[in-house]
Amino acid sequence: MTAVPNPKPMPASTERESSGRYSGWRLLLEGLAGQRGWSRAWAKALPRPRYRVVIVGGGGHGLATAYYLASEYGISDVAVLEKGPIGLGNVGRNTTIIRSNYFLPDNIRFYEYSLKLWEGLERRLNFNAMVSQRGTLNLFHTEAQRDLFTRRANLMRLLGVDAVALSREAVQALVPLVDLDNGRYPVLGGFLQPRGGTVRHDAVAWGYARAASDAGVDIIEHCEVTGMRRDGRRVTGVDTTRGLIEADTICLAVAGHSSQLAAMAGLTLPIESHVLQAFVSEAIKPVLDVVVTYGAGHFYISQSDKGGLVFGGAIDGYNTYGQRGTLPVAEEVAMEAVTLMPALARVKVLRQWGGVMDMSMDGSPIISKTPVDGLILNGGWCYGGFKAIPAGGMTTAHLIACNAPHPLAAHLDLGRFAAGRTLDERGAGPFPYAH
Amino acid sequence: MQGPGRIAHGLLTDAERPLGFRFDGQPMQGLAGDTLASALLANGTRLVARSFKYHRPRGIVTAGPEEPCALVDVIGASGREPNHLATTLMLYEGLVAESQNRWPSLGFDLMALNDRFARFLPAGFYYKTFMAPGWAWERLYEPLIRNAAGLGRLKAIVGEHAAPAETVHDHADVLVVGAGVAGLTAAHRLGASGLRVVLADQDAVLGGGSLLDARWTAWRETTCAALVGLGTVRCLSRTTVLGAYGHGVFAALQSLAGADAASSGALRERLRIIRARRVLFATGALERLIAFPGNDLPGVMLAGAALGYLRRYGVAVGRRPAFFLNTDQAYETVFALASAGIERAGVIDVRTSSLAAERARGLGIEVHAGAVVEAVAGRGGVATVRVANRDGSQRREFEADSLLMSGGYCPTTALASQLGAVLKWQEAIAAFTPELLPTVGRVAGAARGVFGLAAAARNGEAAARVIAAELGHPALAAGLGLELPVDANATPIGALWEVRAGGKAFVDLQNDVTAADVRLAQREGYEHVEHMKRYTTHGMASDQGRIGGLVGSAVLAQARGLALSEVGQPKPRPYAQPVPFAALAGGEVRQHLKPKRRGPLHDWHEAAGATFVATGLWMRPLVYSQQSGWEAVLREARAVRRSVGITDVSTLGKIDVQGPDAAKFLDFIYANTFSTLAVGRSRYGIMLREDGMLLDDGTTSRLAQQHFVVTTTTANAAVVLEHMEFHLQAVCPQFDVLLTDVGDQWAQFAVAGPRSREVVAAVVADLDLSSQAFPFMAASAATIAGVAGRLFRISFSGELAYELAVPARHALQAWLALLEAGRPFGIEPYGLDALNTLRIEKGHVTAAELNGNTSAEDLGFQRMPKQHGDFIGRALSQRGGLTAPDRLQLVGVRPVDRARRLRNGAQLVAPKARTTSLGYVTSSTPSVELAGWVGLALLAGGRQRTGERLIASSPIHDEATEIEIVSPHMLDPENLRVRA
Amino acid sequence: MLRIRCPWCGERDETEFRYRGDASQSRPAADAGLAAFSAYVYERKNPRGWHLEWWLHVGGCRRLLKLVRHTLTHEIRVVGTAQDQPSLPQEPGR
Repeated sequence: MTAVPNPKPMPASTERESSGRYSGWRLLLEGLAGQRGWSRAWAKALPRPRYRVVIVGGGGHGLATAYYLASEYGISDVAVLEKGPIGLGNVGRNTTIIRSNYFLPDNIRFYEYSLKLWEGLERRLNFNAMVSQRGTLNLFHTEAQRDLFTRRANLMRLLGVDAVALSREAVQALVPLVDLDNGRYPVLGGFLQPRGGTVRHDAVAWGYARAASDAGVDIIEHCEVTGMRRDGRRVTGVDTTRGLIEADTICLAVAGHSSQLAAMAGLTLPIESHVLQAFVSEAIKPVLDVVVTYGAGHFYISQSDKGGLVFGGAIDGYNTYGQRGTLPVAEEVAMEAVTLMPALARVKVLRQWGGVMDMSMDGSPIISKTPVDGLILNGGWCYGGFKAIPAGGMTTAHLIACNAPHPLAAHLDLGRFAAGRTLDERGAGPFPYAH
Repeated sequence: MQGPGRIAHGLLTDAERPLGFRFDGQPMQGLAGDTLASALLANGTRLVARSFKYHRPRGIVTAGPEEPCALVDVIGASGREPNHLATTLMLYEGLVAESQNRWPSLGFDLMALNDRFARFLPAGFYYKTFMAPGWAWERLYEPLIRNAAGLGRLKAIVGEHAAPAETVHDHADVLVVGAGVAGLTAAHRLGASGLRVVLADQDAVLGGGSLLDARWTAWRETTCAALVGLGTVRCLSRTTVLGAYGHGVFAALQSLAGADAASSGALRERLRIIRARRVLFATGALERLIAFPGNDLPGVMLAGAALGYLRRYGVAVGRRPAFFLNTDQAYETVFALASAGIERAGVIDVRTSSLAAERARGLGIEVHAGAVVEAVAGRGGVATVRVANRDGSQRREFEADSLLMSGGYCPTTALASQLGAVLKWQEAIAAFTPELLPTVGRVAGAARGVFGLAAAARNGEAAARVIAAELGHPALAAGLGLELPVDANATPIGALWEVRAGGKAFVDLQNDVTAADVRLAQREGYEHVEHMKRYTTHGMASDQGRIGGLVGSAVLAQARGLALSEVGQPKPRPYAQPVPFAALAGGEVRQHLKPKRRGPLHDWHEAAGATFVATGLWMRPLVYSQQSGWEAVLREARAVRRSVGITDVSTLGKIDVQGPDAAKFLDFIYANTFSTLAVGRSRYGIMLREDGMLLDDGTTSRLAQQHFVVTTTTANAAVVLEHMEFHLQAVCPQFDVLLTDVGDQWAQFAVAGPRSREVVAAVVADLDLSSQAFPFMAASAATIAGVAGRLFRISFSGELAYELAVPARHALQAWLALLEAGRPFGIEPYGLDALNTLRIEKGHVTAAELNGNTSAEDLGFQRMPKQHGDFIGRALSQRGGLTAPDRLQLVGVRPVDRARRLRNGAQLVAPKARTTSLGYVTSSTPSVELAGWVGLALLAGGRQRTGERLIASSPIHDEATEIEIVSPHMLDPENLRVRA
Repeated sequence: MLRIRCPWCGERDETEFRYRGDASQSRPAADAGLAAFSAYVYERKNPRGWHLEWWLHVGGCRRLLKLVRHTLTHEIRVVGTAQDQPSLPQEPGR
């Protein structure tokens, strides 16, 4: 596809040199010294033959799981295996939104936990991921939708999560770009989660990688898993392009490709892979302060700190592993954008791209043991993977370390499908293309 | 000549048609045919912009859409539009452009302080600071950063109407992208061979590189004329292919007019969706920059751009240019400027010797061979150039007012890469070329590294030959017999990416990324090219880093000690050029976002003063009043309860099911049984998904032994039809059944209320409507107001009621007859709100309860599913998760204090555990028959809780209302009324 | 954008069709038991490669089609009727 061949193996540098503490003061000193003193943010580790825990997937969830295993549960004999460079899957392809406004109480609690972890993340990781709680606003256009959002907001408030109902006038004041009346579906009002917002997505991967590496985790890039070793019902290791690596516990954190990895262990998952697309416009001076979601379609939008409008729409609706943008979705998203915010008509869109997601059969994620002993699954993230990274990492680490589900993620078990305890936020049924 | 820079006649400009325009308030003149950039250069304007991060002064660097610096706001009738490229913006009379991202002025920009502190602001500095205190990011640092970031300012004036834009569809055998000599040649041969060709080029005129070489004028003009004459080739200029989407589908942006056209309502661009059997990318090559200190100073420009300004617009970009180059091709500019009589400051050629250098010396041009530019300096623009031999020896400095650089040429590979092309490193040109699968298409000309116009033409012909053969035209039509001017022999490139000599050397001019930033990224471990890109933002600006992308990779490769071919380039993504939202959206925006479906009685409802509500695509009458509030709703509902009302239910889905196996099929589709239904009877049915959850409900009537008509809810009409079609074809193909969507063919009305029998009897002549002859759930063909229709005795309101169906074209006639017949009884038309009030009182469910997460048991239908025989959802509906006693079940709710209201979406909580949700209110209404409000709710273990008191909590309304749990059948639980 | 050659209507854009998912499993017999139905409803092979799948031509003939499509390259190898039983190609998609 690209001209990028696999780079040569890295020189051995598993003796790790910490990148030191980041601060404004250090930036100043380094500035005077020509910025020569910075070293690698995370060590380029070489694989060892055996680890206590191997995490497959150097994306947000894999890196966060490794970090929390080391920092919260004292397990640093951990390797994160990534087939390419870290952070280039969905953690580097999403539209950067964080929020905890869900319909099901267990999902609210889980995502709220994540939001709380986001709130202190930068100081904890000593890496500025630009967690920006600028608010997420869901517009509604029918009374039925108002009722639905009211139900959700009330439930959030019962659970101690912030949610505010906004009148049309308040929506207009908050988002001058919105055309309340002239669209096909006039805006009747909105619901705001003030603590929702955005995070600089790449920085999340880098920040966790750096912190995990500093805590002793081996982050092994360009190491693709090609097979799974089993001894009876139990996994014992993974075959990789860099040799066999054995482990007591293997955790899959490869959302988008969970089915592929699970198949190596003989598992079939309740997951389909679909592409979700994102778009960014040219950079303009600030015009949009909050994340806005159009209720009469699938369009949502925010403005990045750099000035680009970041937006997206629905999944294409058919199984795909193609990480690319498609034309029908681009047209649909643009139609809804111009309808909701006609002033955007003359703003230019720069790029479109796609990320391949695990669409689970009920639209909610899976953090669970599997029928194969020692194999843990973190996947099925659907649209919610990015915002869940801190909680996903923490609860997956808990599951690995304690051999029991974290109380806030117990509902995300794999057994719920067969048992009929599905977590179907939208009531769309077992059809990933409908979630 | 309109400005000091205009020294000759341009190919595109019309010296007879001066145009006035303003830049930063300064009135200037240009010529018709100018771009804003060429007009500014003609006026001697060098400083046109401030850079993104450091606010460094910037000039015009290129002559095309790859421009990184010369972005301007354009102010016109549609407001202020940001980020127009001066290099592609066609000049028009009265154009008003302003520079961006500076304060207070372009010449004196306070934010240029950033440049002074640049050493503290390297790539990614923001990841390392601004972390404490926690509150300060959103309130202090981030607002500062946001205001400093962004380039242009958007201040749109939005009119009443959708912005004019349209989408058109092209179909072709071959799409040829790029109308340089390779593309023109190929398009001609393919078209002449009888293939349908779309030829698209981003430029305003066809010709590509041949426009810049006078020897090619006759060839170009003859070929273009021949193309037009063929009739098989559609030539699209100013049309940029934006993206390649597979399966032969491409999106292209065709610009139609200047930015001022919006005010006149004229189209400014179209999105063209091109479907082609094959594609030929003849997209040419782009000149690239060299990273040397000061390579961003106004006056530093790509050499090819200077040639373009001279040939196309007759504009000299400087009076005393110096050249910094490494290929013979770049000397074309040197020779052209020389023959135009421009004084030269000298040529700095990276190579120690070359054929072109020899030729230049022969013309008396000084060539510094084996040398590099170490720095350029000057206040606000190039004034001096410092040159050194490549080994650093023999430094010398001379005066020049511009520096024309050329680091070589990169074949344009982005589109081919989107189609999975493999990029191959070509040492001979120091660039990547793409290789496509033949079934997708071909690449020809400079786009595959074939430099030299005659060679490109031959290459285009060769590509046309194989494509034609693949498409069934083995004999390619002959060419025009034109002689091709001979390509000069060329000495190979002397690859040079960067001159390291202290000072900022930019690899990305728009995002202010320097070579040092790239090296910093590498040191910090962001060494994969995609990491480097993201960490430094190299190549992520609106120019996509097209003139410096490979240079950044080269700097990275050098830092890593790898070959450039091993480091590669970031993966290109659509779009090839920034595309306005309006163009992507086309005409289906705002009021036209979705079609509006109006029922057959829409005009009547409107005349009767109805307020409409959009439900899906339908516009349905909500209430016959323009007043908000409950008064009119309750008046309508009361008419039904006390006398008679009529409502239009034409939007319900109606599916005709016919065939020998129709009954068997419905038994499979529905949880309950239809094969036992007698002809002339209706039955309420529930349909499950295969996972056991309710999908939809509705009545189905048996009109004949092998003929049923199914009704669905309005919202689910399409879903249910697809559900039935899918299962008929995928699961029960052995059934002989025909499904027909007749939703639009039948208008349907409900006449409800104790007096409905008398009203219906007055219009239905041929039926005995007595309860004995036509009991509850009877169905029959009937003549309704003289029209052959259908009569059903079914009720959603809980009253004695009928539904009458007539062919949609007779809707008004039947409706008016019913109204007339009802007049003695005070008949009221009622809308959705009253319908809702009536069904809530009765405990009938609708979409609010059929929310996709409720089972038959949840809604009290536990006795409906059949005990024997298979049906969709049977197996999984028996799972523990769907039968657990603590599931949310349908109940009725009433406020204990009858004066209080209910809220849909209120959460039900126990008085002593107010943070634990037990369920929620799904629907509520003031009641007609009962005191105060009534509602339906889904409540954990609800059926066991009748009589309990709970709290309906709505924190967002600051309300907590004590309620009692009652049966959902709050009205007439014995069903006496419907059977009356 | 996918272009699907409907056997009844000719080559059309994907937007005319409604995707109905994996077509490789048939519905279990009525008495097959919970596990079989659970697998049928929830479990998906989700291959990164050739995929047998349902598409309903809602914007055309409304016939259900069975496609063989590659989920990475999107190449469509077979567009058959609902009752066809195409086998999956062995070679990689293009």
